[in-house]
Amino acid sequence: MPDTVLFYVFSAVAVGASLLVIGQRNPMYSIMLLIASFGALSALYIQLDAPFVAMAQIIVYAGAIMVLFLFVVMLLNAPHEDAAQWDRAHPLRHPGVTRFGALLATLLTVQLVWALLRMSDAGAAVGARGDVSELTSVRSLGRVLFTDYMFAFEATSVLILVAMVGAVVLAARQEQR
Amino acid sequence: MIPLGHYLVVSAILFAIGTAGVFLRRNLITILLSIEIMLNAVNLSFVAFGRSHGTVDGQIITFFVMTVAAAEAAVGLAIVIALFRHRESLNPDAFTSLKW
Repeated sequence: MPDTVLFYVFSAVAVGASLLVIGQRNPMYSIMLLIASFGALSALYIQLDAPFVAMAQIIVYAGAIMVLFLFVVMLLNAPHEDAAQWDRAHPLRHPGVTRFGALLATLLTVQLVWALLRMSDAGAAVGARGDVSELTSVRSLGRVLFTDYMFAFEATSVLILVAMVGAVVLAARQEQR
Repeated sequence: MIPLGHYLVVSAILFAIGTAGVFLRRNLITILLSIEIMLNAVNLSFVAFGRSHGTVDGQIITFFVMTVAAAEAAVGLAIVIALFRHRESLNPDAFTSLKW
């Protein structure tokens, strides 16, 4: 079963890299590890017969968004998480509180997994239904995108425009008067 | 073939990791990265559900999520730059006042 083995390998890479992302003190390493996690996720998308989403994941996420993050980290030149004295004395910095947060996250995982596994069709094989050539073709994707989801598509174009203007306004240096 | 539940479990674990990152880390950039992890976890479950139902709708919604993620990253990083300019710090605890 090479499919199953590949699924577990890529899932392990995605989960392990994501764990290391939040375990790093240096944001530069976090970004590199997140790119590795996105690569593993795009392999999972290919297994799910979604090659176009996989390529968009690599190009848009790893290629554009992560490079934007890298630029900001280099621009700010503050690689290490600063832990000043007043920061160590912060009440939320107490190890008991941190452990409580980790416990809550574990609880969230257990709850989500429990709820998902109780679904009626959770055990059904994922590729049982649907025509693979129809699902993988960009033609059918485009047809659905530009007919059923036309309004959402136009709304996202407005969203991108607003985000672009907002980013320029926020990041522009205010003139001292 | 791999059961749908396995993809959903991976997605749930990734989402929990992202949530933990938002709550546990003290760096604005790492917090934004954790939000990206959460968005990707949701993307994975969308694609898995779409494949399981045999439609392309899951993939389409994933594109929209990617667009929103790009917009969120651009605006979020612009806010991070503006905050860093004022306080020379990326620690969210440094920004406790509403106005300065």
